[in-house]
Parts: sequence; structure tokens; C-alpha cells
Amino acid sequence: MNVVSLSVVDLSLAAALVLLIALLSYFMQLKMTQTILVAAIRTVVQLLLVGLILKWLFAQEDFIWIGLMWLVMLLVAGREIMARQTRRFKGVWGYGVGTISVFVSSFAVGVFVLTLVVDNTPWYTPQYAIPLMGMIIGNTMTAAALSLESLTKTTWQQRMVIEARLALGQTWRQSISDIARQSIRIGLFPIVNAMAAAGLVTLPGMMSGQILGGTPPAEAVKYQILIMFMITAASGFATLIAVWLGARHLFDERQRLSTQRLHAER
Amino acid sequence: MTVQTQLKLVDFSCHNLKPINLQVKPGETVSISGKSGAGKSLLLRAIADLIPHQGQCFFNGQEMNMLEPHQWRRQVAYLASESLWWFDSIGEHFNLPLNKQMTAYLESMGFSLDTLNWNVMRCSTGERQRLGVIRVLANEPHILLLDEPTANLDSGNSLQVEKLFLQYQKQTQCSIIWVAHNQQQIQRVAQRQFEIRQSELIEVQA
Repeated sequence: MNVVSLSVVDLSLAAALVLLIALLSYFMQLKMTQTILVAAIRTVVQLLLVGLILKWLFAQEDFIWIGLMWLVMLLVAGREIMARQTRRFKGVWGYGVGTISVFVSSFAVGVFVLTLVVDNTPWYTPQYAIPLMGMIIGNTMTAAALSLESLTKTTWQQRMVIEARLALGQTWRQSISDIARQSIRIGLFPIVNAMAAAGLVTLPGMMSGQILGGTPPAEAVKYQILIMFMITAASGFATLIAVWLGARHLFDERQRLSTQRLHAER
Repeated sequence: MTVQTQLKLVDFSCHNLKPINLQVKPGETVSISGKSGAGKSLLLRAIADLIPHQGQCFFNGQEMNMLEPHQWRRQVAYLASESLWWFDSIGEHFNLPLNKQMTAYLESMGFSLDTLNWNVMRCSTGERQRLGVIRVLANEPHILLLDEPTANLDSGNSLQVEKLFLQYQKQTQCSIIWVAHNQQQIQRVAQRQFEIRQSELIEVQA
């Protein structure tokens, strides 16, 4: 099957549709016109840049460049997690909890899959190592952000209950166990939903892309299954680590609830 | 027989309270009163190791830090003025089945074993408060830190709660620090009376 290559004219036609929406929003006074246009321009610029970087990166054999790209992804993900929190931890923990949980889970699962499942030579072949790791980091980022948000917000709301439970002689673990479990569940919702609806409601983006790119559907499906499982495993580890680290840091060395370690609500 | 000191505070303070030196004997009740915001609740919570403090606090000669926090709190029990419940039913907040003693407490407060099946939402504030009083006795604490335990109760129920605590004290020789506003109640329960005035704990004459 031949891939239909998209020309500048083809993309301009699609851009015209976006302009139409921008115009509509202007006349309907949605106050979205500028936002839509800026976002559209960002999409073009950012993706063109990434295209250039990937083109260059795919030509590299050196692990250092791939590792550097991963590091950038990780640091951005950590920042995004922090930015999503209504009540983030003060100090280095605000950045640290999310970043550490994404780092440990994504890299453990990613390297596992690249070395044992995909099994290229070398294992960090950029054509696989960059998009796979990108998808894992992106999804674990969401999972970690959701679970941390639930943990800190619910703990704040229920601080009196937690103290009442401590006062009755419960350990810090017992006193926050319900909130911790709920936070882990919330972090895993997106991926569990995606797995349950895969193929029935949506064709996952990566698979659609591969099919559009000319890969036989049966092959694309296998990669999608691999991705889903990877993301599930990584999200699971990430939420567990984030919630455990976060919950522990909500109590001081005498197991007193320390909500003063959280920033005020934004 | 020498009377053992149960609870001992040495230069103990939290937030802006001036350092406190206080000994409470077994079977003794001391009351603390003072304006709202004077720091009565903070002091009790600090003794229960729920918030940070300065100075030292001993229970039967053992310093707070020598015990695991949850063990300390089981023996030095804090009862908040607002009774909080986090599961659906009352019973889930207790170690079931209840022992004979706990069943007796329940009945003495006008409840029955069936109360354990009640949904928390259906209980009135007063009922929740009285059930909270029973719940705090489940760990058989040696020190009771009571933060206005009858704040939401009518006079009949208040007397019932007082009676239960005094009965428990008689059985166990526990020490009680009782935060209260009602002068008549203070007269009934406390052997020594204290007041927090300008961040200082002062003994007042009965």
C-alpha cells in the first residue's frame, strides 16, 4: 500500500477549516478566536521543530542523544505534573514527587520493553526508543498528576478526619489508607478506560497513525496492544510511587498530619 | 502507698503558649477553661502528639518520644469537640464484636447493639457526640484529653456523659484533662481548675 504524501496545499485546506472555526467563534463572541489561532500556530511550529529534531536524532547512533531527549521529556513531564496541582507540595517535593514517580516507572517499563520485547540492535534504536518512551512518559505523567491531585486535595479537605483517626491510635498509613487507595484508582482511570474502550469506541491514536502510514492493521494492532500494556504497567507503578511518597510526606517524623507542607490553594 | 504521677508536663508549650509545668495524678481530673482561641484545644492536641510542641511530656515516667506515636495516642487519648465519622455505618468505627465492657458503655448511654448498624448520616449531632465518647474508650486510654465533650448536648445528656467518664475513671484510675466552659460542670468533675489567660496556664481557686 502506498502512503499518500501530504502537500502544502493539502495542509492549507485543513488550515482553512480551523480558520472557519476561528471566524465562527469570533462572530459568536466565544472569546476563543485568539486562543484557537495561537494554538494552531503552536501546533505547526512545535511539530515542524520536532520533525526536524527527530530527523536528525534518527540519524544518530549515539545513546547520549537519545538519553538527553528522554531527560528533556522527563523534566517537562515533572513540571507539568507540578503545574496541574491545586495544592502542591512546598519546596523540592513539589517537583520531586511527580518526577521521581514518572522516572522510576517509565524508565523501568520502557527499558524492559525495549530490551526484552522489541529487542532491536542496539536496543535504543531511536525510531523505537523515542516514540515508545514518549508515549509511556506522557501517559504516566497524567496518571501521576491525577493521583497526586486527588491525594493532596482530599487530604486537605479531610484533615480533621485524618487527625481524628490518628487520635484514636491509628498509624499514619491506616489514617490515610482510604484516601490513598482512592487516589491510586483515580490515577488509573484514563488507561483502564482506554483499554476497555479500545477498538470499540476509538481507534487509539498510535494505531490510527500507523494504519494511515501504510502499516498493515494486524501489525499496528500488535503494537497498540504492546503500548497499552506498557502504559498500564507504568501508570500503575507511577501512581503507587507518587501516592506512597506523597502520603508519607504529608506526615512528619512523629506521624502528625503536616498539611503546612502543602501550598495554599490556587 | 505512694501516689504515682500519671501525666507530667515539663516546660511544655505549643504555638504561643507560655511553658507549662503540670502534674496530673491517677484518678484526678483537672479542668481548663479560657476564652475561645486561647489555645485550649491546641494544648490538648499537642499533649496527644497531634501537633508539634516544645518541652517534654511524660506518661508514667516515659517521655513521649520513647513511644511510637500511635501507641502514645492510644494511651493519651484526645477527644475533639466535633465528633467525626468516616465510614457509612457506626459499627465500622469499632472493633467488632464489642466486648462486655464496651457493650455496657453503649447501653449506659441509651444505645443498644443495634445502634452499630445505624447509618452515620441518620444520627443526630448529639447522638454522634455521645457515640464518639464511647468510641474513645475503646483503646482503654490512661489519660483522657476531653475537648468540650458535652458541647453539643442538652443538660440531661451532658450529665450522662459526665457520669460515664467518672465511672470509667473510677474503674481505671485514669487522669483527665477536661476543657469546659460551664462553671457548674467544672465544679462537678474537676478537683483542680486551670484557666488560660494571656497565653499562660494559671491555677484558679475552686
